[in-house]
Amino acid sequence: MMPRLLLIAAWLLVSACAPQPSGREVVRFWAMGREGEVVRELLPEFERRHPGLRVEVQQIPWSAAHEKLLTAFAGGTLPDVCQLGNTWLPEFAALDALAPLDARVAASGVISREDYFPGIWNTNVVSGQLRGVPWYVDTRLLFYRRDILRAAGFETPPATWPEWQAMLAAITRQGQGERYGILLPLNEPEPLIALALQQGEPLLREEGRWGGFSSEGFRRALRFYTAMFENGWAPRLAGAQISNVWDEFGRGRFAFYISGPWNIGEFKRRLPAERQDDWMTAPLPGPDGPGASTAGGSSLVVFRSARQREAAWRLVEYLSEPEVQLRFHALTGNLPPRRSAWQDERLAADPHARAFRDQLERVRPAPKVPEWERIVSEMQHLAEEVVRGRTDVEAGTRALDRKVDAILEKRRWLAARGRAG
Amino acid sequence: MSHPAAWVFIAPALGVIGVFFLLPVAAGFALSLTDFDIYALADFRNLRFVGLDNYVRMLETPLFWQALGNTLYFVIVGVPLSIGLSLATALLLHSRLALFRPFFRTALFAPVVTTIVAVAVIWRYLFHTRYGVVNHALEAIGIGPIDWLGDPLWAMPTIILLAVWKNFGYNMVIFLAALQAIPETLYEAARIDGASWWRQIVHITLPMLGPTLLMVGILTTSGYFQLFAEPYVMTQGGPLRSTVSVLYFMYEEGFKWWNFGAASAVALMLFGLVFAVTWLLMRLSRRVAA
Amino acid sequence: MRPRAAVVAVNGVLAGLAAVTLFPLLWMLSVSFMPAGAASALPPPLVPAEPTLVHYRELFLNAGMLRWLANSLLLALAITAVSLAFNTLAGYAFAKLKFRGRERLFNVLIGALIIPGQVAMMPLFLLLREMGLVNSYGGVVVPAMASVFGIFLVRQYARTLPDELLEAARVDGASEWRIFVSVVVPLLKPVLASLAVFTFLAAWNDFMWPLIVLTDHELQTLPVALATLSREHVQDNELMMAGSVITVVPVLVLFLALQKYYIEGLLLGSVKG
Repeated sequence: MMPRLLLIAAWLLVSACAPQPSGREVVRFWAMGREGEVVRELLPEFERRHPGLRVEVQQIPWSAAHEKLLTAFAGGTLPDVCQLGNTWLPEFAALDALAPLDARVAASGVISREDYFPGIWNTNVVSGQLRGVPWYVDTRLLFYRRDILRAAGFETPPATWPEWQAMLAAITRQGQGERYGILLPLNEPEPLIALALQQGEPLLREEGRWGGFSSEGFRRALRFYTAMFENGWAPRLAGAQISNVWDEFGRGRFAFYISGPWNIGEFKRRLPAERQDDWMTAPLPGPDGPGASTAGGSSLVVFRSARQREAAWRLVEYLSEPEVQLRFHALTGNLPPRRSAWQDERLAADPHARAFRDQLERVRPAPKVPEWERIVSEMQHLAEEVVRGRTDVEAGTRALDRKVDAILEKRRWLAARGRAG
Repeated sequence: MSHPAAWVFIAPALGVIGVFFLLPVAAGFALSLTDFDIYALADFRNLRFVGLDNYVRMLETPLFWQALGNTLYFVIVGVPLSIGLSLATALLLHSRLALFRPFFRTALFAPVVTTIVAVAVIWRYLFHTRYGVVNHALEAIGIGPIDWLGDPLWAMPTIILLAVWKNFGYNMVIFLAALQAIPETLYEAARIDGASWWRQIVHITLPMLGPTLLMVGILTTSGYFQLFAEPYVMTQGGPLRSTVSVLYFMYEEGFKWWNFGAASAVALMLFGLVFAVTWLLMRLSRRVAA
Repeated sequence: MRPRAAVVAVNGVLAGLAAVTLFPLLWMLSVSFMPAGAASALPPPLVPAEPTLVHYRELFLNAGMLRWLANSLLLALAITAVSLAFNTLAGYAFAKLKFRGRERLFNVLIGALIIPGQVAMMPLFLLLREMGLVNSYGGVVVPAMASVFGIFLVRQYARTLPDELLEAARVDGASEWRIFVSVVVPLLKPVLASLAVFTFLAAWNDFMWPLIVLTDHELQTLPVALATLSREHVQDNELMMAGSVITVVPVLVLFLALQKYYIEGLLLGSVKG
């Protein structure tokens, strides 16, 4: 039996390692989540235009992406091109892992910086150098069930916090235990970050050297957020416990959901036809008028360690063409960062995208520090603790600031030596 | 008489163990005395020697103590439960009254060889609050739905259940073999004296199993201290970090946030703890035996 | 207690326990054949109403399951083959070949058994990075090419080999290598079989180290791929069960076929000696 087993293993190995077609350079490209699944469809055209190149896409789940990228950096196995969430850019720039792209953009016929939303372009500039090219923009706003709102007596979505609270109360009351006003998974920090960004005070003080979570602004946002659970408008659930968000939204288990542009495509795909008229998007309400939201999105970066720098840049240029970005939008619902793409009728005519164009006028970036990912994790934990009644807002935010100050200690040390970004 | 060939024989294995285990362990000591992190990974000049600072800082971190508490909870409840169940099933299987022994032994052992990741995935769905089979069965006997993996109170018990289910077969087989080694004559003598089956167990079986119990206890305890895969797959340390184990904490510190210095300190502290507990168990057993 | 009642009691409890033990595995199998979304219903179904192979097809054709299966198989076989060779050589030497410091060296190795592997993980990662082995098969195989447990097991068994046989061969002028290959190895077959099964299962099920060392999707082993899939596809219950089936069934089958050797090995390392 042993020799046969070895034979099978050898055959599997050989068949699994398909020989590379000779004569083509391979560009390694890592993409995350849904983008990773879908971007493959855009590549045959690229390979047709560049017969000497072949793109190898690896799809990485978001939940593991940060770890994977850092592990790859540590292990020296980074790809050539990568999709990078723009809040991670400062971190990888601090590691000096990203090739600067100013010269390439200046010489490029495809990418012109004036065409991009300035706030978004800005998130890609770290210490005065351009480190990535925005690929798509992302922000968070309301997805809601129009029919449920109407049944509760509301014709339009909320524009202020008090209006929003009134709607949540009415909907939850009407639902009688079977329906929640809003779904806020406890493992998603973005809604709280958006609410916090609507306040005046910065989340980190002194250019990201000290924590600012004890500010009155953050505390107000945190109280608003946790009140949703205290009042019973949102269930105390984490992502893993919701068996299927789209199904539950379709079944009307909750009326509001704060999410991003990719869910336009997902809802269109997964909700049954009879439900497609019942859902819509709306900008986030602020304390006393339409509010700000997160300036998210992903960029395309070329790593310094890339073996195929020229070819990598060609791929970046290709994916930045307005036409290709519109095709990408059609596939994923992701929104292009280029104004010229927005003028196209496909995007202008999409009713669900309208709220996003509106919201993009009011986006604010997160603090650009490499430790931001870790700080967000601590902030999220605080929110969960308050929601579950383990601590209160005053003591909790003070404790959070102490932790954040400790996390930023090395950054302060490096800054003192003139080595921090 | 020394065989020079012996060195050739042991060289490959010892080489591998020396270079890829013992050397890294020693390096781990050294690493724990620095603040090796992502900045240092990028540029070596950013590395600082900090002495015992990592250890002190870890001891001052509330999450470290929470992880320690969670792990101790897991060990203190899980180990006796697991060993108890293993011993009970071994006794049942060993009994003259048992039928279909090979089938039962295989069935009860099967979970041991399964992949922990696969089982954790299964568990996550079996214990789903709304659609899980477990809550459905509980509902049938009148117990309300329990939020197994979402309630900080119930998450660790769910993981304990998983660990016990998965491992009890292993110790059961060991106990079975040890039970078979107890001479039948002792039991016959006891029966002639009129001892009930319970007294036989307490006065013959348990004492004879002493050394096996100790060894099983030590192996299981040190294994349980290394809880990692279940929280990683099922709960990501949540809810509210109630299932963060020491190893999970070390993994996040080391491979998520890239604080190799701090993570090494945690690993060494875990080693120290396991060592201390093992030593304590051996001292205790010697005293009981005396 | 009357005999019949006792028999019913004992076997009843055993049957109950066996049912509880096997239920999750059988449920996993059952759900893997259910169409998507079918398991998230009230009351939760135990048997598929419309069995389908769609998830298996999805995993093998789209998700690249075959690749991960091949990885797991290749790595487990490689580790088993190499570590068997290295451990047997060392185990035999510790048992039957005298050399200076033999006992002390062996005790040091046994002491190393209590050190949890995780202490070594981070420096090992850095070491393998220097050697260029991160994110490659080598990164998983090389550190596993020998184990203290394997050496211990072989030594336990080898000690029971009759010295006279070895002496006779030496007197005949055979070299130590020839003695090992022609005389010792055939006698060690039982423990080699046990160790092989043990090592294969452990390598197949290993999770934490391959998770750290293999970042490339294409190189991942089944447990790691399954863990990644499960964190991403939280929603797709039935698909995850199919993935679990593929991960668990090969080792279960292997175990059922070679139970005897596995259990022997387990006992050799734990009870005897």
